[in-house]
Amino acid sequence: MHSISFSTAIISGRNHYTSDLSPPSLRFCGLRRATLRFSRASRSEPRRGSLSSKLHFKKLSASLSDNRSAAKAFDYDLVIIGAGVGGHGAALHAVEKVHKLLIDSTGVNSVSVSSVIGRRADQQLQGLKTAIIEGDVIGGTCVNRGCVPSKALLAVSRRMRELQNEHHLKALGLQVSAAGYDRQGVADHANNLALKIRNNLTNSMKAIGVDILTGVGTILGPQKVKYGKVGASENVITAKNIIIATGSVPFVPKGIEVDGADSSFTSSSFYFYSLYTKLRKTVITSDHALKLEVVPDWVAIVGSGYIGLEFSDVYTALGSEVTFIEALDQLMPGFDPEISKLAQRVLINPRKIDYHTGVFATKITPAKNGKPVTIELIDAKTKEPKDTLEVDAALIATGRAPFTKGLGLENINVATERGFIPVDERMRVIDAEGNLVPHLYCIGDANGKMMLAHAASAQGISVVEQVSGKDHVLNHLSVPAACFTHPEISMVGLTEPQAKEKAEKQGFEISIAKTSFKANTKALAENEGEGLAKLIYRPDNGEILGVHIFGMHAADLIHEASNAIALGTRVQDIKYAVHAHPTLSEVLDELFKSAKVSLLSSYSYCANQQQIDY
Amino acid sequence: MAHLLNTSFVPTSTTLRPRHQSTLSPSLATTRKSPIQSKIREIFMPALSSTMTEGKIVSWIKAEGDKLSKGESVVVVESDKADMDVETFYDGYLAAIMVEEGGVAAVGSAIAFLAETEDEISQAKSKAATSSSSSSSSSTVSNSPPPPVEVAAADSAPSSAVAPAKTSTVVAAASAHPAAEGGKRVVASPYAKKLAKELKVELSGVVGSGPMGRIVAKDVEAAAAAGGASSAPNASATPPAKTLAAPGVELGSVAPFTTMQAAVSRNMVESLAVPTFRVGYTISTDALDALYKKVKSKGVTMTALLAKATALALAKHPVVNSSCRDGKSFTYNSSINIAVAVAIDGGLITPVLQDADKVDLYSLSRKWKELVDKARAKQLQPHEYSTGTFTLSNLGMFGVDRFDAILPPGTGAIMAVGASQPTVVATKDGRIGMKSQMQVNVTADHRVIYGADLAGFLQTLAKIIEDPKDLTL
Repeated sequence: MHSISFSTAIISGRNHYTSDLSPPSLRFCGLRRATLRFSRASRSEPRRGSLSSKLHFKKLSASLSDNRSAAKAFDYDLVIIGAGVGGHGAALHAVEKVHKLLIDSTGVNSVSVSSVIGRRADQQLQGLKTAIIEGDVIGGTCVNRGCVPSKALLAVSRRMRELQNEHHLKALGLQVSAAGYDRQGVADHANNLALKIRNNLTNSMKAIGVDILTGVGTILGPQKVKYGKVGASENVITAKNIIIATGSVPFVPKGIEVDGADSSFTSSSFYFYSLYTKLRKTVITSDHALKLEVVPDWVAIVGSGYIGLEFSDVYTALGSEVTFIEALDQLMPGFDPEISKLAQRVLINPRKIDYHTGVFATKITPAKNGKPVTIELIDAKTKEPKDTLEVDAALIATGRAPFTKGLGLENINVATERGFIPVDERMRVIDAEGNLVPHLYCIGDANGKMMLAHAASAQGISVVEQVSGKDHVLNHLSVPAACFTHPEISMVGLTEPQAKEKAEKQGFEISIAKTSFKANTKALAENEGEGLAKLIYRPDNGEILGVHIFGMHAADLIHEASNAIALGTRVQDIKYAVHAHPTLSEVLDELFKSAKVSLLSSYSYCANQQQIDY
Repeated sequence: MAHLLNTSFVPTSTTLRPRHQSTLSPSLATTRKSPIQSKIREIFMPALSSTMTEGKIVSWIKAEGDKLSKGESVVVVESDKADMDVETFYDGYLAAIMVEEGGVAAVGSAIAFLAETEDEISQAKSKAATSSSSSSSSSTVSNSPPPPVEVAAADSAPSSAVAPAKTSTVVAAASAHPAAEGGKRVVASPYAKKLAKELKVELSGVVGSGPMGRIVAKDVEAAAAAGGASSAPNASATPPAKTLAAPGVELGSVAPFTTMQAAVSRNMVESLAVPTFRVGYTISTDALDALYKKVKSKGVTMTALLAKATALALAKHPVVNSSCRDGKSFTYNSSINIAVAVAIDGGLITPVLQDADKVDLYSLSRKWKELVDKARAKQLQPHEYSTGTFTLSNLGMFGVDRFDAILPPGTGAIMAVGASQPTVVATKDGRIGMKSQMQVNVTADHRVIYGADLAGFLQTLAKIIEDPKDLTL
C-alpha cells in the first residue's frame, strides 16, 4: 500500500509557490467547515467526513502536474539533520503523510480507492521525498543513551525491589528466597534493548524509503546542506525544507572532571565505548551509567530531576547507597510541589538515600591512586564551602545541553541562546535579527522548548504538517511527561503554582481535586495503594489545566488527561467516560468525577461551543 | 468505584491523605499565647484518645513557612493506637516546627508555632528557639516514666561507665578514613547515617569497616547490638528502633517500649488501684456449636456470637455493664459496647462492637471483620477502640482452657473465655455423657459489682449459650 501514496510534491509544492510561510489556504478551511456541519448531526469526530473526500481528492489531483516539476528543483523535499526520536517521527510522518491523507479521505468509498490505486500507481507517487542525516547512530539519545536503555534497567530494578520487599511479598502470601542479580546480565538486557529499538527505527525508515545519509550535517545556506564523514569527501544537497533535530548531550557543570563519558560528538559513538570500558570510571554521566559497568557501593547523584531520580531507583534496587546533591532548596524541583513531597516520602526517605539541598558541587575529582571520588560542596546562596563528600562514584545528572556544534548556524546568521536554537511557536528558526529563516525549522532538545523525546517527535510532526500546507501549532501544555521510578510519576500541563500564577494574571479561579490510589481496587489487589492523582482545573468552565499522578503505572495513566487537554475536553464531559472495572484508570475516573464545575457556566460553555461549531 | 470497596475513603478536594479523613478527625489544639501583642499560636500535641499521654510525629504534611488554612491537615501523629492526620483550627503560617518527624511529644506540649501573618514567622522562630528547651523539660515532667524513646541508654549505669573509654579508642580507629581528618569528620554511608539515627548510635564512636574506613550499615548495627554507643543528645529527634525488631528478636538486647506497649503498661499498672475479684462458670456449648455451623456460611464468626450472647446477658444485668471511675459513684452505661481484645503486631487493642445487644448478629459479624482489618492496619479511630463498657478476651482458639484477665481501667468487668472442649460429664439422671464445655472467668470491680451480680449474669449467659435461638433474632 505504500507505493500508492500521494506525491509529496503535491502539497509542499503549493507551499513553495506561496513561499511566504503563511498558514494554509482558505479552501482547506472552507472544506473543513462543510465537513463539520455534516458530521455534527451524527456526533462523530469532525475531522474528515466522507462527503468531503471527492472534493478533496479532485483538488489534490488537479494540483498534481505543476507540483511534480517543483519538486525537481531540489534534491529533497525535506532534509532532517539528526536521526533521533524527533527526526525519526518527522521523517515517518513526512513520507506517510500524503498516503494517510488519501486513505483517510477515501476510506469510506471503496470504489474511489481502487480507482485511485489504478491511476496513482502508474505515476509512482510518494510522500515527501525525505532524507535524514546522522553522524552518530540512528536513534539518538533516547534510544541509545536515554529513555530506552534506562527503561530496561528500571524493569530490572522494579523486580528486584519487589523480590526484596519481604513485607510486601508476605502480604501477598508469597515466599521467595533471596533475590540476586548478575550485573552483566542486566547490562546486556539494556544494551540489547537499545540495539533492538535502534534496528527497528532504522528499518522503519528504510522500509518507507527515507534516505539515511551518514555524516555530520552542516547548513551551508538557505535550503542547502552538506554532509559527510570528517576527512572524507563531502556531499552537498538541496532541500525545500530543512529540520534541525540534533538533540542534546549531558550537561556537565564547570569544575567537574568527568572520566566516564566523552560528550564530544565524534567520539561519543556507542560502539567505541564498549571497546575502552575496561577502565573503571568513577565520575560519569547518564551516557555511561546506562552501561551499568559497575554498581558502586555509594554513588553521589548530582541533580534530583528525572534522570537522577530514575538512576537512584536503579542503584538502590541493586544495592547501592545514594547521596543526592541538589542546588535548589528542595529535591525534585520542577514537579508539582505536593507530588514531589509525597514522592520524597516514598522514593527517598525509606530508601538508602540521603541528600544535600541548596548546595553546588563545585569540584568533583575522579577516584585516583586508591583515593575515593571527592566532591566539594558550597552553599548555593552564600557560596561558602559547606562539605566534602568522598564516594565511590558520582553521576552527573544536572540536565542536558543542546548539541549544535558544526551545524553551520553562522552561515544563515542564527545565534544560539544559551546554546539553544531560537524558534517561534511553529518551530521556525529565528535568526540573529529576529527574522524567521525561511524553510528552516528546529525541533527537539536543540530548541529547548521541552526536552522530551515524544515532544521532539510531536514538534517534527507539527513541522511536517506545516510544510505540507496545513497550519499546525503544537500545544506543549498537552505533552505529558513521566518519571519511571517505582511508583511512577507523571504529569501534563501546569503545576499548582504555575496554575495559580496564570489564574491570578488572567483573573480566574482554580480548583484542585485529588484522589488516592488507596481507594482503587486494582491498586489494592497489587498491594500498591501508595499514590495520588491531582487535577487542577477551572471550576467556572471545567478546563483542565494540569494533572499530576504519583502511583503505580502513572506514566501509562496520564494519557487520558493529556488527550483531554489536547482535544479541549472539559471535566464535565470527560467525567461521563466509562472506565473498565477494576483498572488503575479508575483513579482518573474518580478524579474527574470529584471535580466540581458550576452548572450554570457549563451551560454557557455549551452555548459557546455551538457558536464555534456552526 | 470507591463505594464498592466498603472503604471509608472518599475522594476529596482538600486532604492529601484522605484515608484518615473522618468526621471525627481531631483538630490541633491551638491557643492564643499572648493575645494582645502577638498572634503567634502554639500548636499542641493533641490527645487523640483517652489513654494517650504522648504522641509521635509520623510526618509533617506541611513544611515551615507553608500557609495553612483552617481545617487543613498539618501533621500525622501516631498515638498509642493509630496514625491520624491532625488539622488546624486557624489560618496562618506554619512558622517553626519544634518536634521533628520521628520525635515524641507529651500531650499538650507545643510541637510547632503558627504565625498569623508572614511577618510574624521570624518572631515565632525565635520564640521556638527559646522555648524549645523549656517545653522539652516540661514534657518529661508530665510523664511519670522518662521519655520512652531512648534505646541504648537503657543499659544504665554499669555500661555507661564503660562507654567513654570505649568511645575514645574508637575515634582513633575511625580516623583511618582519609577524609576523616584525624577523627574530626565522620564518613558514613547514607544508610549507615539513617540507621544510626534510628538506633540512636553516635557515629563518632563507630569503627568503620567499609572502603577506606567508611562507616557502613553493618558497623552501625554492630555498634547498636554491642550497646556501647552512647545515646544521642536529642532524644526527641529519633523514632523507636522499629527496624531492629523487624528481622527477629535479638536475644540479650534491650528493646524500648513502642508507643502502644507503653500505653498497655500504663493501663496495667493503673488497674492495680481497682479491687477486683473473679467468678468462674462452666458452660456447655453443643447448641452454640451447632448454631455456629449453621450460620458460619453467612459470615458469622464465633466472636460475634459470644459478643452477642454476652450483650444479651448484660442487658438483663445492667450493673455488670456499669463502671466506676472516681470511687464515689458509678455509671449505669446507656449502651452495651462489647470490647474484644485482639492481638496485633507489637501489642494489643480492643476494637469495640457498639450496641451489641441491639445490632443483629450478621451486621455484628461484618462490623467485627471491618474492625479487625482496621486494627491490623492501625487505622482504628478512637471511638472504635476506647468506648467499650465490657470486655471479652478469648484465648480458646489456642487451646487455653482457663485463664483470668486484668480489668481495663474505666470498665466494670472483663470476661476471659477458654476453649470449648468435649468433656465427660455426669448427668442428673445418673448417666455419663459427653458434652462440649467451655470455662469462662469474669474479673469485676468489687466496688460496684458484687458476687451475686456476677453469678446472676453468668447464669443468664449460660442459659443463652446453652439455648442460643435468641442470638439470631
